[in-house]
Formats: sequence, structure tokens, C-alpha cells
Amino acid sequence: MSTFIQVAVNGLGKGAVYALLALGFVIIFKASGVLNFAHGSLVLLGGYVAVRTENHLHFLGSAILGVTAAAVGALVIERVLVARRPLADPISLALLTIGVDVVMSEEIIRRLGIEIPFLGKPYDGKPVHIGSITLFRTQLIALGVGAVLVGAFFLAFRFTGWGVAMRAQAENREAAALMGIRSGRVTAIAWVIAGVLAGVAVLFLATQDFSGAGLSRSTHAVALVAFPAAIIGGLDSTGGAIVGGAIVGLTESMSAQYISYDFSKIAVFIVMLAVLIVAPAGLFGTRERTRV
Amino acid sequence: MSDDLALTDDDLDGGPGFSHRLSPARFLDRTLVGRTVILTVIAIAVLTPPMYLGPSWMRVGSYVMIGAVGAIGLTLLTGQAGQLSLATPFFMLVGAISYCVLGSADKPGKVGYGWPTWLAMVGAVLIASLFGLAFAPVAGRVRGVYLGVATLALVYVGLYAGQRWTSLSGGTANGRLAPDLNLFGITFLHHDNREKRVWYLFLALTVLAYLMARGAVRSRPGRAWRAIRDNESAAAALGVSVKRVRSEAFAISSGYAGLAGVMTALWYRLMKPDESEFVGTYSIQVAIAFLAMILIGGLGSVGGAIAGSALVNGLPGAMTLWIGSNHLFGSGDTAVTPVIFTAYVYGTAVVLVVLFEPGGLAALGRRGYLWLHRSPLRPYLPPPKGN
Repeated sequence: MSTFIQVAVNGLGKGAVYALLALGFVIIFKASGVLNFAHGSLVLLGGYVAVRTENHLHFLGSAILGVTAAAVGALVIERVLVARRPLADPISLALLTIGVDVVMSEEIIRRLGIEIPFLGKPYDGKPVHIGSITLFRTQLIALGVGAVLVGAFFLAFRFTGWGVAMRAQAENREAAALMGIRSGRVTAIAWVIAGVLAGVAVLFLATQDFSGAGLSRSTHAVALVAFPAAIIGGLDSTGGAIVGGAIVGLTESMSAQYISYDFSKIAVFIVMLAVLIVAPAGLFGTRERTRV
Repeated sequence: MSDDLALTDDDLDGGPGFSHRLSPARFLDRTLVGRTVILTVIAIAVLTPPMYLGPSWMRVGSYVMIGAVGAIGLTLLTGQAGQLSLATPFFMLVGAISYCVLGSADKPGKVGYGWPTWLAMVGAVLIASLFGLAFAPVAGRVRGVYLGVATLALVYVGLYAGQRWTSLSGGTANGRLAPDLNLFGITFLHHDNREKRVWYLFLALTVLAYLMARGAVRSRPGRAWRAIRDNESAAAALGVSVKRVRSEAFAISSGYAGLAGVMTALWYRLMKPDESEFVGTYSIQVAIAFLAMILIGGLGSVGGAIAGSALVNGLPGAMTLWIGSNHLFGSGDTAVTPVIFTAYVYGTAVVLVVLFEPGGLAALGRRGYLWLHRSPLRPYLPPPKGN
């Protein structure tokens, strides 16, 4: 039983990080209709800046710089590239972000060379013991930070002017524009928020506790595991991203514990395929209706 | 009166500015000359390199042809039928494993059926398409970017299967040797001129893949694919069975990827599953490279897919041979290698294509051809074709 609780809590901690990334996918998808394949690169960018500034600043300072870098990166991708093609079809836009991703990730990984630096010095590799249960500190902090950020996001989404504008725009872009909502600004803010979430996520991703690997190609690959989280919940459902994140985190840690580590990587994708066969637009996603 | 109703050459030719009439024989004559010249130039360009280029260039060329076959399959699926897929490397892996399993002799720890290798090659393509067909419950229902992520799952499944079922895949440490292809007594891999022979073999396979794809695009299946891509409801109303056509497109594309997988095994003379999902012969990186090829070439264009492969698959090898070293700029661990440089080039090319020329190289080619058509060469050129 204690193993189960241990695995469940650590799984939820991972799930919190996946939820941050999945929420980023969903926010961007709602704002621009793009599945952002460059998200993994934003994760790397945030991590890279944090690593490079770590020696000169306190951990918190470098973390803030990293998060800022990821947010600026997202803003630049949106303003300079995606915003130029508002009428392109979703597949072309997805391919556009793939192009960005190839260049950005190759460059960052080249700059890292053979280094694989770990992030999260203050909490990484310092397990917490509660009775017979051992919990990873990274996952616990991720759970807390994730809860705060997600909570803050939902409050903002519900109550601030930006949130209302964003929801209106996702509902009906043209009507929102006619009501005087500045589509460009709303979309840009959405990308910045997604960038911030990616920058925060990497602080937990590139740790011993989370992935056992430092900042490298595998960090980028772990960011891809957040795709299923967004897809399971439904690409246009913010609440779905949180549920999807939890499902992915739990699936991963449960299957790693009870089946095998190798299997845990594909277990997540098998769950996603199962969900897609039943609900082709995810659990909470809007089903496409065609009107003739 | 009858003169007015008769078709002029202008009508046959499909363009203005062709007012003087030619006798049918003369008309045939001129465009036939043009066509023959074009075909001859292409034939010389692809058939003669083995006579004056060295074996390393042969390998670069053969690698481009592997990419061309896979990219043709993907452009049918993504460009013509509108289904985003990242699963090309998975079906390549299926094809490569099937070829090795069917074509090599049974050994302890490694299953083999010892079929004639040409039959193993056909079998591998069929098995890859059957795997594609088996994905129909997802491919027939799931749309757009959702399908793209769903197909990503297959890459992970392939990774796991390659690591796990070592009796089939040989395992990530050793892999299995690719059996030599034996076509009516002609062998390829164990021969002094093997690079040249592989070049001609791959050339034949690429031409076959090209002609079949072009045929499909120009006839009924192609029309059905474009119909469901552009408007599923309208296609269904016209009697296209949407789910069936979607699944078929997926299966056909998988067959192409399977053939590319067999070619990959022959190229390396070894089939070795990847150790990581992100870097390797059958990894996500390869899936992305294939998407880059078809986008740069022009989504849906069969010829464009080949051009895209020349850039994405050809550039790293060609640059290494040109500069004679593996370091382009800088040195040590952070040097820019031709592989990294190519990634910059095609990543940037993808962005530029989406922003400025969504039709890719194919659209540029069409524009160039129209320009030629305004030149005095016009009577010799076959009429320009639409998409």
C-alpha cells in the first residue's frame, strides 16, 4: 500500500508538470489554432538560459530569467511567424512550428555540446521520508507550483479582461473582433503564458528525480509526452489539459512501477490511442460538427 | 461551318497564343521532340553518375532515393489526402524487420523464414501496408493535428518492439544483417561494384514508386483523396466512402514507407532498431525530416517529394564530401556539422515555405515552366499541368 501511495503521489507530481505543458498547448491552440510543435524548444530555451545564468545568479534569479526567455521566445514565434499567416490551415501551421523547432532545438543542443546539466539544485535528489513512504522532493514541489499556477491561470481566465477576451475569441473570432477585442494582443498574451508555463516546467523536467537526465535531447522528448496529455483532455479544453496531465503522469509512474520502465514510455501513448478511438477529439474537446 | 466547330490545336494545347494550325503529324512531332529531350536529360542525369562519381557519392544518391520513396508515400497521405502523419519511421521499421525476418535463414535466437529475397521484399511492403490498415480504427476517425499526435504513438510502439522482441529485431545492440537481395541471379551487397548496383536498384524502385504515385494521383484514388482533403461532407455526398478512403490512403502510404525501410536495411546492410525515440534511423527526428521533405517539395506533389529528399537527405552527405571533413564551423563538441547545418537549412526552408510559398518547390517549378512557355521554346513543350 505504501508503495502505491508513493507511486501515486510521484505520478501526480509528474502529472502536474505535464499539465503545465499541456495547458500551454491548449492555450496556444485556442488562441491561434496551432498545435505548437516548438513547445519542446521553448522548454529547452528556458532551461538553457537558466543553466547558463546559474553561476552568476541565485537559483531563483536564473529560474526567473529562464522563464522570461521561454516567454519571449514564444512571443517572438507568434509575432514574427504565426501571426503572419492567420488564414493558413492547421496542418501548415503545425509544420511551420516544426520548422522552428528543428532550428531552435538543434542550436541549443549544439551549444550544450556534451554537457547534460541538471536543473533544480535546491530540491533535486533530496527525497522526503514520511513514515515508510519516500517521495521525490522535485515532484512534491512541482505539484505545489503546478497547483498555484494552474489555479492562477483559471482565475485569470475566468475573471480578468484578458480571460474574457480570450474566451470570446475562442468562441467566435470574427464576432469578438467586431466587438472591439484586439485579437493580436489576446493571442500574443496567450503565447506568452504558454511560454511561461514551459519555462517553469523545465525547472522540474531536467532533474534526477523527474527524468534522470539533464538538459538534453531527452528533455525535448519528455516535452513530447505532454502531447498525449493535451490530446487526451481535448486540445481546446483547459480543464481537459489538467485531467490529461494527471492521467499521463499516473499512467507513466504506475506502469513503470508495476510493468517495466521501457513499457511506461509507450503506455501513455496506448492510453491516448484508446481515448482517441472512443472520443476522436479527446475527452473534453469540442467535437467537430459539419454543417452542409 | 464545320471549321468553326473543329478543335484547334490551341484547344488541345490548353493555352492562348497558339493561333496557327499545325497538321496533327507536325503537332505530335514538336511536343514529342520536347518530351524526348526532357526525358533524355533526366535519364542521363540519373543513369550516368555511377560512371564518373565515386562510391561515396553513390551512397549519398542512394540515401536520397530512400528518402524519395518514403516522402512520396507521405505526400500522398498528407498532401493529397490531408492526413498528418508522423508514423513514417515506424512503417520503415516494420518493413525493414519484415524483410530481414522473411529473407534470412533461421538462426538460434533470430527468427527467419529463408524466403527468396525478392519475395521477402514484396512481403515486407505488404506487411507494412497491413500494419497501416490495422491502424484504420484511428486513421479513419481521428482528424487533423489529433491524427498527427496519434501517429506519434506508433513511433514509440516501434521503439519498444525493437528493444523488446529481439528474436525479430535482433535487439538494439546488434540488430540483424540485411540479407542480400537476389533478383533473378543478380546480387547487390556482396559485389565489387555494390554501390553502383545499389544505385541502379534504388533508381528502379524510385521510378516505380514515382510512376505508381503519379498514376494514383491522376486517377480515381487521387480524386477521392483530394475530395476528402478539401471537404469531407461534399466527398461523402458524391459517394466517396470517407472512412474507407482515409484508411486506404494510410495503408498505401505505409507500404511506401515499408519499401523505404527495406531500402534502408539494404543501404546500411544492417537493420538495427533505435535506442532512443528521438535520435536514430527510425526516430521522431526522421518523422520530422520526412514532413520537412514533403512540405519543402510542395504538399501533394510527387516530384516535389523527390526534390525535398534531395535537400533533406542529400545535403549532409554531399556537404561532408565537398568539404572533406565533418566540421563546418567551429571545432570540438559544439562544432556545426553538416548534419546540424542541414537541420538549420531545412528548418528554415520549412518556415519560409509556409510563410511565402505554400506550394513549395513544386509551385516554383510550375512557375518556371510557365515562364519557359512564354519563350520561343513553347511549341516544343508539353502543356503545363495543373495539380
